[in-house]
Amino acid sequence: MKIVVCIKQVPDAKNVRIDPHTHTLVRQGVESIINPFDLFAVEAALRLKDRHGAHVTALTMGPPQAEEALRDVLSRGVDDAVLLSDRAFAGADTWATATALAAAVRKLGDVSLIFCGKQAVDGDTAQVGPELATLLDIPYATFVKQVELGDEGRLKVVRKTDEGMEVWRLPLPALVTVLRDVGDPRVPSIKHKMRAKKAAVPVWGLADVGLSEDRVGLKGSFTQVVRVFSPPKRADRRMLEGPVSEQVEKLFQFLKEAKVPGL
Amino acid sequence: MKALIDLDKCTACGVCQDVCPVGAISVPETHAVVSDDCTLCGMCVDTCEFQAIRLPEVGTGAVTDAAAYRGVWAFAEWRRGSVHRVSYELLSAARRLADKKGVECAAVLLGENLGEAAEDLLRYGADVVYVVDHPALRHFTDEAYSRCLVELVRDKKPEILLAGATSMGRSFIPRVAAMLQTGLTADCTELDINDEGLLLQTRPAFGGNVMATIVCPHGRPQMATVRPRVMRAEIQPRNGRVERVSLPEDVFRTRVQVLEVIAEEDTTAKLTEAEVIVSGGRGLQKAENFRMVEELARLLTGAVGASRSAVEEGWAPVSHQVGQTGQTVSPTLYMAIGISGAIQHIVGMQGSKIIVAVNKDPEAPIFDVATCGVVADLFEFVPAFIERIKRG
Repeated sequence: MKIVVCIKQVPDAKNVRIDPHTHTLVRQGVESIINPFDLFAVEAALRLKDRHGAHVTALTMGPPQAEEALRDVLSRGVDDAVLLSDRAFAGADTWATATALAAAVRKLGDVSLIFCGKQAVDGDTAQVGPELATLLDIPYATFVKQVELGDEGRLKVVRKTDEGMEVWRLPLPALVTVLRDVGDPRVPSIKHKMRAKKAAVPVWGLADVGLSEDRVGLKGSFTQVVRVFSPPKRADRRMLEGPVSEQVEKLFQFLKEAKVPGL
Repeated sequence: MKALIDLDKCTACGVCQDVCPVGAISVPETHAVVSDDCTLCGMCVDTCEFQAIRLPEVGTGAVTDAAAYRGVWAFAEWRRGSVHRVSYELLSAARRLADKKGVECAAVLLGENLGEAAEDLLRYGADVVYVVDHPALRHFTDEAYSRCLVELVRDKKPEILLAGATSMGRSFIPRVAAMLQTGLTADCTELDINDEGLLLQTRPAFGGNVMATIVCPHGRPQMATVRPRVMRAEIQPRNGRVERVSLPEDVFRTRVQVLEVIAEEDTTAKLTEAEVIVSGGRGLQKAENFRMVEELARLLTGAVGASRSAVEEGWAPVSHQVGQTGQTVSPTLYMAIGISGAIQHIVGMQGSKIIVAVNKDPEAPIFDVATCGVVADLFEFVPAFIERIKRG
């Protein structure tokens, strides 16, 4: 069974903040991490591999330095990795990203299962997974906390909804986006670290996946950013002073005026 | 492709160099230069006070006749017996946008045994409610719900389609956008129409550190999701009509089998639905003290949240975690008890209407996003506050 895990390198939130005086974005070094949810996707794939045997390929689209992210997951036990990287991919929205990923998955061929994190923490859209599945015309389940592969080659998943949980069965090939409940990511092992260091990570560009320039990157995107700005400061902040009894009374009255239920 | 510098306007002031998150801008002598590292994030565009930077434009995609699309739609979410509140909020937002454009506003309701729900939606400003009532829609599946909505859109051609950023909307709306081959913007906090009649979609970006306004110039409909409680629902009854639509049977086919639906009994765990959330963090020091948070939540008929550290300490289950690797919430009231406010936590709750922070460290970053800050020892403050609520 061939499994693909899609991962994304994202800026570490610790390094991104707004300067309180100039209201501009401050970057303190440009450290990148693997999107935390994608590590759970990797873990879900590796657990299936442990139980049923599988070949797990990690796939990412990004600048050349995204190779680091791939080597990281190789050191955790992923079998091989592919980096989709080309200037033409820059500025992609979720649709153009899914288009490029779909082309890469097709090129890999004969993929039974795709794992993604539930969303990337930089964009928070949760769109690429479902869009990728739609482009590949395979069923998918989002926000999955438990994955089981049945004997009959079908997938049983437990997904979390706003209302509770749902148990679904999907035929393969399928795509699953996972929550952290699937299990804590394993740490890199010495053996896999050695392998990861030496592993060849192929870089696929536009021509390698057979797409034209107008279908990827900013040109292949439907959405365009027209303005980026600092969020307006909360102008209404108040600090409650005085001894505790006074603070309690002030907060009580404040919440009562705001018509908070239960008061 | 990279950001474009207008050499006539650039004064080589260097502001863009400082804001570029990937260090792609340098300012040698006379003007800024953008390197191939540019990711087209757009961060520099608005910081340039001389309007010297712009981004190249998106492609046109498949040819759609934008002029043939007319009207603003809101997807109404049916949840086993009732319409989810976000639907009314969206409908009110759709109504405002439709009025601004001078077009019709519609709601789409999908489900089974929908009763009077459609009539109810007319009260929130819909000119027409399209209803598909079918046994195959009893349980939500991405495939059947997408196909239904796509069929309706292809037939009626609305120019704007809004949906809730709920677990349902976030799951199937991307599929709808992909099937229709159009753009989709998630979790918008503000929607407006610009001079050209395009939908302006504003959402948090870069983990909530900045806001981005996004347009979808060519794809139709222009699609956006909005989290619950971000927009305000307004009753404004109209003389609208309900149109019951029947679709061909193959539209309802799905490859997914729903085996079981298990409702969450513990209402304190329904974070994304809660109007009030009381969250506890490391400042509580031990598991027993977390009960104060639970008691306060119960008194305010709210849900219980937790910071990542509190979850890691085992004081609360993972399902209660708020923040980057937990849930993103936007209740009417969010109370942070003993939470210092690491950025990973803040991005998950800063959309809340009222934020009350209780912490003994006046420098705690949680106070930066608080509406109401209480600098106090939580072991004194919280029990006293609980007593005050009990007194009424």
